[in-house]
Amino acid sequence: MSDQERANAYWKANLRLITWSLAIWFMASFGFGILFRPVLSGIAIGGTDLGFWFAQQGSILVFLGLIFFYAWRMNKLDAEFGVGEE
Amino acid sequence: MEQTTLNIIVVGLSFALYFGIAIWAKAGSTAEFYAAGRGVNPVVNGMATAADWMSAASFISMAGLIAFVGYNNSTFLMGWTGGYVLMAMLLAPYLRKFGKYTVPEFVGDRFYSNKARVVAVVALITMSVTYVIGQMAGAGVAFSRFLEVENTTGLLIASGVVFVYAVLGGMKGITYTQVAQYCVLIIAYTIPAIFISLQLTGVFLPQIGLFSEHTASGQYLLVTLDSLLNDLGFNQYTSGSSPWLMALFTLSLMIGTAGLPHVIIRFFTVPRVSDARWSAGWALVFIALLYLTAPAVGAMARLNIMTTMWPNGVQGEAVQVEELPDWFRTWSVTGLLAVEDKNGDGKIQYYNDNSEAMTALATERGWQGNELVTFNRDILVLANPEIAGLPGWVIALIAAGGIAAALSTAAGLLLAISSAVSHDLIKSTINPNISEKGELLAARISMAAAIVVATYLGLNPPGFAAQVVALAFGLAAASLFPTLMMGIFSRRMNSAGATAGMLAGLISTTLYLFLYLGWFFIPGTNVLTPDQYLFGIPPTHFGPVGALLNFGVAFLVARMTAEPPQEIQDLVESVRIPRGAGGAVSH
Repeated sequence: MSDQERANAYWKANLRLITWSLAIWFMASFGFGILFRPVLSGIAIGGTDLGFWFAQQGSILVFLGLIFFYAWRMNKLDAEFGVGEE
Repeated sequence: MEQTTLNIIVVGLSFALYFGIAIWAKAGSTAEFYAAGRGVNPVVNGMATAADWMSAASFISMAGLIAFVGYNNSTFLMGWTGGYVLMAMLLAPYLRKFGKYTVPEFVGDRFYSNKARVVAVVALITMSVTYVIGQMAGAGVAFSRFLEVENTTGLLIASGVVFVYAVLGGMKGITYTQVAQYCVLIIAYTIPAIFISLQLTGVFLPQIGLFSEHTASGQYLLVTLDSLLNDLGFNQYTSGSSPWLMALFTLSLMIGTAGLPHVIIRFFTVPRVSDARWSAGWALVFIALLYLTAPAVGAMARLNIMTTMWPNGVQGEAVQVEELPDWFRTWSVTGLLAVEDKNGDGKIQYYNDNSEAMTALATERGWQGNELVTFNRDILVLANPEIAGLPGWVIALIAAGGIAAALSTAAGLLLAISSAVSHDLIKSTINPNISEKGELLAARISMAAAIVVATYLGLNPPGFAAQVVALAFGLAAASLFPTLMMGIFSRRMNSAGATAGMLAGLISTTLYLFLYLGWFFIPGTNVLTPDQYLFGIPPTHFGPVGALLNFGVAFLVARMTAEPPQEIQDLVESVRIPRGAGGAVSH
């Protein structure tokens, strides 16, 4: 692979990773926390429902997991495609 | 010891610490002044970013916003944290790779246009100045309440302190001061929360306590709270309404957060691109420590207030005037808390007198309206240690914490403003031949001038403090975020498209706010009223619509004009890969 091809493949992999991460980002906050809360209302947790927990705690924990996963995965991709910093 | 004396000692010690750091971290070059020499460890930068980001609004106001509304205000929790996911994946690493000092600099270089650069500077200064007014005013209030000085004196002390370490140390001084300020504010926030959680639920971690059993009632804490509120005619804490508006507001806060320049430039200080990615994660860790605690603080404080007002339960008699706890007296002095015995029965009935359902009960029991007439939401966090009966040193810590939150954000904003002036206006546009020494001096003078302007506006607030914050977020969401994103993700985006898009976002958002809130927020000059909202969207929720307009106009104009020159397309290619990022500068 030439440098250019490698850079393109790396960018595609990055875009794929971002798309999946943002899908989870969306589900944890807008999905479970707000729009689909009624669907989850049957699941009780600590005196309320799962949607409430996602809105006040769960979404933030998911965000944290996502950013660290992204950082870890991208740093591996940097090495795999040989585009990392020296 | 007198509480005020204790407050002065604790706040004084925290200032001594900030000054010490300022002298140690004096900036010697523009690289140090703008980007702390790009030698900041990612964890340290995460901590500084957390302090930079968490303002008086997060520290003082947010728990109160949640306490008095409940579930619907979860928007602040999700919105102000979810933006970091966007920043970490869509902006921070690439802008770090670009390797310059300011946000308008990226816009100007990437879109090879001084016009675009100046539009970005205007957007940056508008949003940062509006934001900084609130911080200065917040610091002034905290000073006057805890140190018993005049509001004006408090504000002058606050700007004096910022002046010393921001002018002297630039980004380097600010970074290490923010680390100290983060430690002060997080300790101040979590200690009372832990004690209150132990008192109410016997659980050490407030985040778990929120979903645990309330010891006194033997029911879940949230169930107890819901039923108390329900009996008094208030909205239930855990129930919500208008999910689509909630989602839109959350999105507005998220993209607004991701587009705030004073937060973005924090990621320019780390040595490598991979560090910028890690650093965004660490920033959110330190922010989450407060943001996961805030909903517990809110719910528990609300419950404490209910049981203080109704010590014998809602069916029993309300609290006697002379039995109100001491913190009622201390806070009544500030005018932020007030009771009025309307029916003259010597007791204070707290209920929702706007609720139709309560009318019959109120008549039956001889109530003549809600008698807890004022309860300012902002005192909730500040009065929290007193409500929980915690010792004096915890109250003093809260004072230092509130001031730290306001000062750290103010300093970050001032740096964003001064670097835009000295670097983007003076160095890049007006006088490109300025020497390194000259630019450093210019940066210090712009910083000093920005502090003077912010102090003046803090002393004479334009009277629309709440709306201007909405303006700041709306502008960030509608102008800078889409432009930065297109600069990285679209190779085809050209100068004409980006400039037109940025203007479309800026103008539409400002116009929408002005139409409903009055021209320049002057009351009574609004052209339209809330029942005429476009698709029912309130002005505070307009950010995503402005962003959409920005994207739409930009792509349309870019399609109709020539594609950017080859060297710009190469620049886009190069920001997408980490290889070749400028390494660390030792300091």
